[in-house]
Amino acid sequence: MTVKVQSEDFDVGAELERLTRDNHNVGGMVSFVGLVRDLGGEDALKAMTLEHYPGMTEKMLAEIEAEAQARWPLEGSLIVHRYGRLEPGDRIVLVAATSAHRQAAFDACAFLIDWLKTKAPFWKLEESEATGARWVEAKSSDDLAAARWRASQEKAAE
Amino acid sequence: MKILYFAWLRQKTGIDSEDVDVPAEVGDVAGLLDWLKQRNANFAEALSDFESVRVAVNQEFAELDSPVAAGDEVAIFPPMTGG
Repeated sequence: MTVKVQSEDFDVGAELERLTRDNHNVGGMVSFVGLVRDLGGEDALKAMTLEHYPGMTEKMLAEIEAEAQARWPLEGSLIVHRYGRLEPGDRIVLVAATSAHRQAAFDACAFLIDWLKTKAPFWKLEESEATGARWVEAKSSDDLAAARWRASQEKAAE
Repeated sequence: MKILYFAWLRQKTGIDSEDVDVPAEVGDVAGLLDWLKQRNANFAEALSDFESVRVAVNQEFAELDSPVAAGDEVAIFPPMTGG
């Protein structure tokens, strides 16, 4: 289990290599990379600044990884999340899960990013040409994505 | 009590972190928010709708009826938008 919260960029290949090297029980790895996107249109995005709650961020990410490990037979997991000022195309987050078989790795990776979005204390400030600076509002679709894991857990318990 | 503000709550209150002596009758999160609202117009506006803010007590998510006490670290922030 690895959690990194950092301002600097990360090397996806090197991070994933570290996660699987020397562990020959791993049969599959699934990863997700989140990027700063510009939705297009006339109001071009100039930058996105990520603020976080140092201390609680690391604690919540570790709890989310521990929850993934409890739900699936994982060999390893990784969350790298950046903060500070980023520009369109920049990497924001990397999550990855490894397991003996692919389905656990696919499910755990989706779970990690879905829970992270609603449970890790990060906030995004977008700056665009026309609108200026604006705090991104939480999306109900993210709440639903996180809730489907709650539901599947409860179904499993029945 | 140490209180931290993040994102637009930090901007609207003009404070990122402060140590405050909270009155003894403030016993839960809702009581704390009510007390903070009365400090000045910036706080009144920032905390006008409790539904739009989230609170953590000692780095654990809290509800409006969660207890708070002197010595706690309380953070007030909007719903999270990471990832």
